[in-house]
Amino acid sequence: MTTRREFIKKTGKAAAASVVLGTGYLLADSRPDYPKEKKADRHELKFFKDDPDLFRKVAVARDDTPANLVEKAVAALGGIGAFVSKGDRVVVKPNVGWDRVPEQAADTNPDMVARMVRMCLSAGAKEVVVTDITCNDPRRTFLRSGIQKAAEEAGAKVFISSSDDDFKEVDLGGSLLTTWPVLKPILDADKLINMPIAKHHGMSRATIGMKNLYGIIGGRRNQLHQKIDQSIVDLALFAKPTLVVADCYRVLLRNGPVGGSLDDVKECRAVVAGIDQVAVDTRAVEFLDMNPAEIGHIPLAEKSGLGTMSLDKKDIINV
Amino acid sequence: MTIQTVRNLRRISQGLFLTLFIVLLLRTGFSGTLTSDSIKDFRLSWPVAVFFQIDPLVAIATLFSTWRLYEGLVWSIILVVATVFFGRFFCGWVCPMGTVNQLVSLKRSNRKSIFGLNLIDSNRWHWYQNLKFYVLLIFIGAALLGSLLTGILDPLSLLIRSVGLVVFPMIGYIIEAINGLLFGSGVSALTYVGVALNMFSQHVLLTVKPAHYHTIISLGLFFFLVLAANRWFTRFWCRGLCPLGALLGLLSRWSILGMQKDHDKCNQCNLCLKYCQGGDDPIGGAPWKKADCHLCLNCQAVCPESVIQFKLFPSDTASQVKPAPSISRRKVIAGLAAGAAAVPLLRSGDELKANFNSLLIRPPGAVEEQQFLARCIRCGECMKVCPNNALHPTFLEAGWEGIWSPVLIPRIGYCEHTCTLCGQVCPTGAIRRLTLEEKVGTKEKPAISIGTAFFDYGRCLPWAMATPCQVCEEWCPTSPKAIYLVEEEVTDPNGKSVRLKRPHVNPKLCIGCGACEKACPIIDRPAIYVTSVGESRSTYNQVLLERHRKAS
Repeated sequence: MTTRREFIKKTGKAAAASVVLGTGYLLADSRPDYPKEKKADRHELKFFKDDPDLFRKVAVARDDTPANLVEKAVAALGGIGAFVSKGDRVVVKPNVGWDRVPEQAADTNPDMVARMVRMCLSAGAKEVVVTDITCNDPRRTFLRSGIQKAAEEAGAKVFISSSDDDFKEVDLGGSLLTTWPVLKPILDADKLINMPIAKHHGMSRATIGMKNLYGIIGGRRNQLHQKIDQSIVDLALFAKPTLVVADCYRVLLRNGPVGGSLDDVKECRAVVAGIDQVAVDTRAVEFLDMNPAEIGHIPLAEKSGLGTMSLDKKDIINV
Repeated sequence: MTIQTVRNLRRISQGLFLTLFIVLLLRTGFSGTLTSDSIKDFRLSWPVAVFFQIDPLVAIATLFSTWRLYEGLVWSIILVVATVFFGRFFCGWVCPMGTVNQLVSLKRSNRKSIFGLNLIDSNRWHWYQNLKFYVLLIFIGAALLGSLLTGILDPLSLLIRSVGLVVFPMIGYIIEAINGLLFGSGVSALTYVGVALNMFSQHVLLTVKPAHYHTIISLGLFFFLVLAANRWFTRFWCRGLCPLGALLGLLSRWSILGMQKDHDKCNQCNLCLKYCQGGDDPIGGAPWKKADCHLCLNCQAVCPESVIQFKLFPSDTASQVKPAPSISRRKVIAGLAAGAAAVPLLRSGDELKANFNSLLIRPPGAVEEQQFLARCIRCGECMKVCPNNALHPTFLEAGWEGIWSPVLIPRIGYCEHTCTLCGQVCPTGAIRRLTLEEKVGTKEKPAISIGTAFFDYGRCLPWAMATPCQVCEEWCPTSPKAIYLVEEEVTDPNGKSVRLKRPHVNPKLCIGCGACEKACPIIDRPAIYVTSVGESRSTYNQVLLERHRKAS
């Protein structure tokens, strides 16, 4: 005979069990999740300072040690103080793409990077970060390019991305590139100094400053080549660095951007610097014995209002 | 020194060697230093494969299979001589796999297992403990005919590949999963924990991205079964299957250190059996099975009646000791013959010559396939050290004989042009040590090639879809590039004529590194892929007449 007390107890337990077991059914859903179009907030970088006087200038330093060339070129533009202020967090972005040694001219000259780091620190920068998203294994690439050692000795922090967590999805606001993962140190920085090396490139014909900005983003970069010129211009419009210092000490004439053979390398012992991305690239391309008008992304960048290819309108400072 | 002290020394020794083993395995990754004279070449700063150099099973088996003794393997003479004098102490005091098995065997219950044996009964000597000697004989028989199979069951190979390729990546996966939650939470305190975990991956596990290895289910199941077996029979692997243990057991028959028992004092309390690791019958009334004893000294330490004593030059009467396993000469010959017979069985199939797998891309510097199978001990060191996660254990790609040997899968990782780490860690010379110059070639000598790239035109953007793309060409590391471009006029989907560059492979220059395959944006099945043809190690598996001449 079931007493009332037992009845309540047993039915109570059964009810409790069915509530617990049934909770999961509240999640019933007829539309399983499907990858949604990524939509991130528009992010504007404020590295670029609009100064018409400075914008007109392109500094070309020649025939000195790599480090001195950087020093001289920046001095010709008014000195590092014109770009870096006290307390700035500066990112120096060399081209550290490939597992090559400096003589092979596939990566920015390490001495130049070191000098730039020292200059930024002397201008009162709070922190200088040297970073790039390499193509080959980043640990090998930073070591063999000599950039890790040079940058660290100069007092910079070398940031090597080790996971997707180092990126943040933001809207670049480009006509082709919208939401892409961008390296967090770039998003957090006050100043960005782009330090490319001038090289031949099979697809874009030449890679200098604007193409070097591929290294600030993650994601499926190998798809960008389908519309390489627009991709480059979108990135250049997004990043608009504080300053571009192009390494033309050794340039890679063939088999770029990786190179490998010293036969592909020409010694030009030069540096081109300025804040007009288009003008710097235009001038640097001359060291590769190429016609800038044929490098698709350079005329496209000019058309997009990034700068000018007409060097005769520029104030070229040869030092 | 009391026996308890010696037993504690043994525990300390086991702990130290296991720690050393794990530290060396963790350092088996890209943590090298640049050679001081230039920044040209990377050298590993730790001798990470040093355990194999004292492993006489590797030395003896490769000696039989190649009639050569590779580099540091001569050092194993130390362990041979030490074992001849002092017995199988390696198993009880040094072997990291033994220590792991011992740890997993701890605290077994005394209930009857599914085999109908309680703990004490299971720790008596059983027939299965002779299996390891047959395993060894079969392997030696095969080695004499040039097939090296010992690595499949060598305890050091087993532990390195299981921990390095299975357990560490599992930890990496767990870290990644936790980090997904931590970074997803948006709480900044938690993201710091995530950053710390990433630092751990990067600096301790030495991976930039979590490693993913092919066919680890087969490695993992095997390893976890070995571990699980300890719960039915203490150190089942060491007692029953380990070929290195068998070899050391056979060598110990002349040892001058051994057990002497005072049979009359024994009151059959079974304490010695409770703690016995080797299953060698330490109890009074039975002869001690010398070839099975790991010299852990538990029995002497726990015996309340002082029956058991380890000493130099113990009595060697038949009631005291059985110095060697009772395996008849007939069975020895049968074992060797079985191993020898396995070789034609494994090799007359199609995998080696008639129908070899086109995707069996061996690491750079690997020797010719038959020689390779006579040397590779499946330790997985090359796969662990590869900075690009390019090398993986095979399953059946190299035939049954080649199970768990290295294969390069470019889709997962390509061969880094200037990297020579796999040859630096290979303990047996299955992968030759290469200098950077040998690998990338000079004007006089061609580069080491591991295969050749081919286009799948139906999937290639410029070839099939009138869309510009040449990431393969961009990534090609040779100079001049092995991928060249030809500008052509093509018709786009709207019927419009457009000019674009189409990539082609120059087989003379291609080294098969697979950078193109890795970089191809058609990510599920790349439009450019590498097969083994053109590999430097073979004079037969070639495309070009010219290249063939060069290679030979």
